[in-house]
Amino acid sequence: MTGKPRIKLPETAKAGDVIEVKTLVTHVMETGNRKDKDGHPIPRQIINAFTVNFAGRQVFRADLNSGVSANPYISFFVRVTGPGSFEFTWIDDAGERFIEIMPLNVI
Amino acid sequence: MGNRIKIEVLDRRQFVVQSAAAAAMLPMLLRSAPLTAQERSQSFDVVFSRLTGPLKPEEALISIELPDVAENGNTVPYLVAVQSPMTAASYVKTVHVLSTENPQVIVATFHLSPENGKAVVASRMRLARTQDVVALAELSDGRLVVARKNVTVTIGGCGG
Repeated sequence: MTGKPRIKLPETAKAGDVIEVKTLVTHVMETGNRKDKDGHPIPRQIINAFTVNFAGRQVFRADLNSGVSANPYISFFVRVTGPGSFEFTWIDDAGERFIEIMPLNVI
Repeated sequence: MGNRIKIEVLDRRQFVVQSAAAAAMLPMLLRSAPLTAQERSQSFDVVFSRLTGPLKPEEALISIELPDVAENGNTVPYLVAVQSPMTAASYVKTVHVLSTENPQVIVATFHLSPENGKAVVASRMRLARTQDVVALAELSDGRLVVARKNVTVTIGGCGG
């Protein structure tokens, strides 16, 4: 159901730069509003939380609901404080965590 | 039919057909639906006033970009931008993206801080039908700012 998350960071960054971070994770994001062929409700199964840490500090957090499209794409900006790695965590309704770690090339 | 990929394709096609049919015949078909269109609008008002409290949001500093027409309501790109220096003295704390006619009003809430440097977020949302999308942001000084954009939806994206 869920593949490897895709992250886009700039190739390099300097301390003080404000960089764009683009993220995408594969997930069905079942809304809970649909019914199966027999008319039974299909339970909600979405990623409900997304957090991003950089160099050990939280720099972004999102609460997601069923109106977020399947395979959630989220982009945002971060001011680079210095060298460090991003840690991205997605958590779904089943409690499953998808974690991706990516270093930023700070020059 | 023994092939998994094939089954998924059929399911999706069936889903799309059902969604379109349900959207077209909603008043007749969905008497057991959780909310009528009118009730959904009311629920937007309820959620919106819960988020704003006694404050009146200003129509300033914030913009939401969405297509005028979304052919596929399952995945509609949007971008919210708030003019803010994003310093410790003045920054955007939260950005809510709200739908006026979806089954659930709050689509996403983004938590920001001076660490973001720029108060711009982009994502993709589902739109069940033609409606307004609202972006509401809370600033660090307590002020609220709001922007609204109408989107015409050809095929709804929240299922039947």
